[in-house]
Amino acid sequence: MAQTITEKILAFHAGLDGVTPGQLIEAGVDIALANDVTAPIAIAEFEKLGVKKVFDNERVLLIPDHFTPNKDIKSAEQAKILRDFARKQGLKNYFEIGRVGIEHVLLPEQGLVLPGDLIVGADSHTCTYGALGAFATGVGSTDLAAAMATGKVWFKVPESIKIVYHGKLAPWVEGKDLILHTIALLTVDGALYQALEMTGETIASLPMYGRMSMANMAIEAGAKNGIMAPDEITLDYARPRARRDYTLFHSDPDAHYCRTIEIDVTALRPQVAYPPLPDKGRSVDLAAADKIAIDQVVIGSCTNGRIEDFRLAASLLKGRKAAPYLRLLIIPGTQEVYRQMIKEGLTDIFLDAEALISPPTCGPCLGGHMGILAAGERAVATTNRNFVGRMGHPDSEVYLSNPAVAAASAVLGRIATPEEVI
Amino acid sequence: MNIIQGKAWKFGDDIDTDAIIPARYLNTSDPAELAKHCMEDADSGFAAKVRVGDIIVAGKNFGCGSSREHAPIAIKAAGVACVIAPTFARIFYRNAFNTGLLILESAEAAAAIEDGHEVAINCAAGTIDDLTSGQQYKAQAIPEFMQKLLNDGGLMEYWRKRLEKASETI
Repeated sequence: MAQTITEKILAFHAGLDGVTPGQLIEAGVDIALANDVTAPIAIAEFEKLGVKKVFDNERVLLIPDHFTPNKDIKSAEQAKILRDFARKQGLKNYFEIGRVGIEHVLLPEQGLVLPGDLIVGADSHTCTYGALGAFATGVGSTDLAAAMATGKVWFKVPESIKIVYHGKLAPWVEGKDLILHTIALLTVDGALYQALEMTGETIASLPMYGRMSMANMAIEAGAKNGIMAPDEITLDYARPRARRDYTLFHSDPDAHYCRTIEIDVTALRPQVAYPPLPDKGRSVDLAAADKIAIDQVVIGSCTNGRIEDFRLAASLLKGRKAAPYLRLLIIPGTQEVYRQMIKEGLTDIFLDAEALISPPTCGPCLGGHMGILAAGERAVATTNRNFVGRMGHPDSEVYLSNPAVAAASAVLGRIATPEEVI
Repeated sequence: MNIIQGKAWKFGDDIDTDAIIPARYLNTSDPAELAKHCMEDADSGFAAKVRVGDIIVAGKNFGCGSSREHAPIAIKAAGVACVIAPTFARIFYRNAFNTGLLILESAEAAAAIEDGHEVAINCAAGTIDDLTSGQQYKAQAIPEFMQKLLNDGGLMEYWRKRLEKASETI
């Protein structure tokens, strides 16, 4: 029976020879994770079960990254629930301030998620790990609590959509632009309940950070998971980081897809997604022509918080300054990214540009803290969502872009193309 | 909760979880606290207006965005008895059942029922009656597996029963 990579990983973890879309299965998980927003409910539900121990204290991961460093008493109480639970359960992978980073940047970097894994996370952007050739999906806190207790989750096997990208990317075009363009084609529910498999020569030459930006936003098209076949690029990333065995899965050439979409990327320009939905992407040239004045730029997040993202931003900010009255926030995804930024001199470039460098946190992406917008304000952000009120006041606006467009926009104080600055 | 009757509150397409419960209130998981801000960024007065037993009737892809279980918890704690929509985002779909919030998929009912109409739902029969217009709609049946989860009182009860059974056989 010919199968997709998603079907093969699900079958493997369910102990079955094969699965078909629509089938209900119970599968073993390799990793179950939660953050300081979702873990308190998961822990409460876990305790309702009356189970004494988590299924595996190395495979249940708690990452307090959303409201940390704690912004107020309530969020400190939430984070304390994680800390107390981690102590009580002897969790090997609880990340305290000083070690913590944005979960979906941190876990691949630390080799905790690997190709072929089945990963559930109480965070919708858990789908990021599909970039490694893993099946990874977001779940709610109750589903996660059951997984923490039993190591198992039930799934309906999704149909797969295959997206084939052809051609070479033009300058300043990133994985972020590929996915914003793809979401614009699919719309925000175009892949509802389905797996989004991204292939083709463009992906074959796309570095890991770009693949992670893409898989990260599969959820913004409603997908259950985003996934890419593991190859040499994947192995170069995973091999030095892995501390356990992993398995490589690939789709059969005659596997069934409910839909196949071919995209020629040759003429694609950087994209800007207008509020209030991530599927409102259009060319940066159109956005620049709209002369949209902005108040804040955020570069970071689980979508674009990796060292390559900051190198790209720094290449435009070097010798330039953020526009007057504009707040430029730089948020490295992890401590390792932060350290690397310092080693490479990127922090000096950002400081000279009068940017504020924040510790790793989800912070403003979800309107949590560290850069909230007032009524009527606009931001360009390398984050993943531009819903109403996402970064603050319901009357504020977020435009999504890649780090180069964000950096150029910070310099000019309006949405701008990288070419306008260089 | 076999028969539900209440007033319909209409919402549009793609109502995301940030609109259902904005992240600025996620520094708590207390249902009563979350209920106060339910649907705030879609309709700022909703929590004050909604009555126990009322029904949300929304457009496609309800609950898209984040995995926060605070969203169905806030809706349920605000008193809403059921959400009717043509489609639900998949994480919200699971979270609703797992937390015991009834949701029904019906494109016809979601399109036809108007704001303020009195609506009755018969869970066993899977019917939605618009008492104001006199129209009846059939909801998409809840899959058998989900019915089991609901009958057990949500996912945790479902697992508790299974785990107890497993320990009896050891």
